[in-house]
Amino acid sequence: MIEMKKITKLYTTGKVAVEALRGIDLIIQKNEFISIMGPSGSGKSTLMNLIGCLDTPTEGEYYLEGMKVADLDPNRLAEIRNKKIGFVFQNFNLLPYATAFENVEIPLIFKGESNKNRKRIGEELLERVGLKDRMDHRPTELSGGEMQRVSIARALACDPSVILADEPTGNLDSVAGREIIDIFVDLWKQGHTIAVITHDTEISSRTQRIVKLRDGRVVDGAGSI
Amino acid sequence: MRGFLIFRLFFRDLKKQRKKITLTTLAIAWGTFSIVMLLAFGVGFRNQMAKANSGLGKGIVIIWGGQTTIPYQGLGKGRRIRFNEEDVELLKKRIPEIKNVGGEYSRWGVSLSYGKKTLTERVTGLYPCYEEMRTHYPDMGGRFVNDLDLKYRRRVVFLGNELKERLMGNVDAVGEIIIINNIPFTVIGVMKEKLQMGMYGGPDADKASIPATTFKTIWGHNYFNVLVYQVKDVDQADNIEKKVYKVLGAKHKFDPEDERALSIWDVVNQRKEFDKVMFGITIFLGIIGGMTLLIAGVGVANIMFAAVKQRTREIGIKMALGAKKRDIMSQFILESLIIAFFGGGIGIIFTSIIVRILQVIPIQQEGLEFLGKPTISWDVMITTITILGLVGLLSGFFPSRRAATVNPVESLRYE
Repeated sequence: MIEMKKITKLYTTGKVAVEALRGIDLIIQKNEFISIMGPSGSGKSTLMNLIGCLDTPTEGEYYLEGMKVADLDPNRLAEIRNKKIGFVFQNFNLLPYATAFENVEIPLIFKGESNKNRKRIGEELLERVGLKDRMDHRPTELSGGEMQRVSIARALACDPSVILADEPTGNLDSVAGREIIDIFVDLWKQGHTIAVITHDTEISSRTQRIVKLRDGRVVDGAGSI
Repeated sequence: MRGFLIFRLFFRDLKKQRKKITLTTLAIAWGTFSIVMLLAFGVGFRNQMAKANSGLGKGIVIIWGGQTTIPYQGLGKGRRIRFNEEDVELLKKRIPEIKNVGGEYSRWGVSLSYGKKTLTERVTGLYPCYEEMRTHYPDMGGRFVNDLDLKYRRRVVFLGNELKERLMGNVDAVGEIIIINNIPFTVIGVMKEKLQMGMYGGPDADKASIPATTFKTIWGHNYFNVLVYQVKDVDQADNIEKKVYKVLGAKHKFDPEDERALSIWDVVNQRKEFDKVMFGITIFLGIIGGMTLLIAGVGVANIMFAAVKQRTREIGIKMALGAKKRDIMSQFILESLIIAFFGGGIGIIFTSIIVRILQVIPIQQEGLEFLGKPTISWDVMITTITILGLVGLLSGFFPSRRAATVNPVESLRYE
């Protein structure tokens, strides 16, 4: 499903080069639910950006569903993000002036779905995360937990191969956080592949496997075929 | 389908930066106003000039007899060439491309009296074809000289409108008797007021016209003062002119290459030259208006650049969700096009209203008469819309290119 070999990532700011990742080997199987943990600065976010095709590695090989994605052009990467990756962010990253429904609709627009399909899929997904009656609300009118549920619905819109969540409960109170975790567990049970970056042991304890990062290296849980 | 949500979101976003967008929209509206107004005045001026030009006649050529400068068939140079009725008949018969042809007798210093008033004016002897050829259209209730007048050498007179005004005042002239050269004439018509730019002898509004045959009987002229013909197709004017030289040259025995044998005023070609000048003026006006619009376009670009910066995070989110370069770019281009056309629409509506008002207000001053009324033609509309589209496209393109280079990783971190 996801296979990374000797991935490195070098950031150059001015004259200083920072080696964020120093040779990552990682395998995520289909329908796996993993968490990626590590202290800040260990390269978690960089790893997530690479898995999510938001960024390309400096060196190494990355196969997503058998496809070599490390050196694709930006438009192809956009297409892969659209169809194969679902993002859930710590700060939700919803469009503030769009309603919950419209936020879910956006990736479907980029995919080129018809109006009718967008409506059907959007309503279905919002119902699935329990927000059917809040579809026409703007993010400012929603609670943190509700916003995160909208962003999960949005991540699911194009039926992605993998859902990547970056501290999904980081900005939520514990009750809302637990609800979000429950949703992830449900999704996993329904057959989705999920990778969560987190500090929250409450999440990591419910995942199948914990990948531990330190100083840009996987120190535990790299997985195998 | 794809753009629909983008539209909806754009209008919601618009509310947030209402002030800035309103100002830019106004700038575009103002730019559009000036371009449409200038072009409309250009069209009005051109129409008025065309009207004034055709006051003399449409598609006509005026010929005076000249002097030969080349010896021909044993005849020396320096012979005078003059015309009479035979030449008119000859041209009519030999050159089918000529629509109308007629000669004209003319005499200055003729006394005209009505009641106690006497004026000394110009009298011409004409043929009925002058009505159409030289736009001697009668005002309501009157008529022009006709074939019967000519045949019976009737003592009838057609008065220029200004001459009538001076001689008779506000009296209904048709049917009145005036005395010309001590002979009573019946007024059959008064010329309809017209704008006349080109003229020979004097303005048509200031002369009295009588049938050519009557004129000849009274004053005994043997030759026309001038010969006028009207062509069927203005594009053929040059060819017809050559034929005229040939036909008249054969009759009067002068070399068709001898240009000085005839003295020609080619109103047709003059008109073409004039049209070129007017076209140049219109383009000039358009460029001035376009400049104004361009400045407004810079304003739109400025807003868009600001919007790109403001929405860096939004752009990043969209990229994470799978937006391609063109999705990001098209959004900004679309937005600036919307602003351009919305502002342009306001400008066009505003201009239409002003043009309407100006068209209703009567103009009486002589100088303004030649300026004409501003007219919004299809050309003006198409030009304006094209320029608006270009301005919108360009002012959206450069900011959108910057938007497309946003790095999603950094922009998502951007708070």
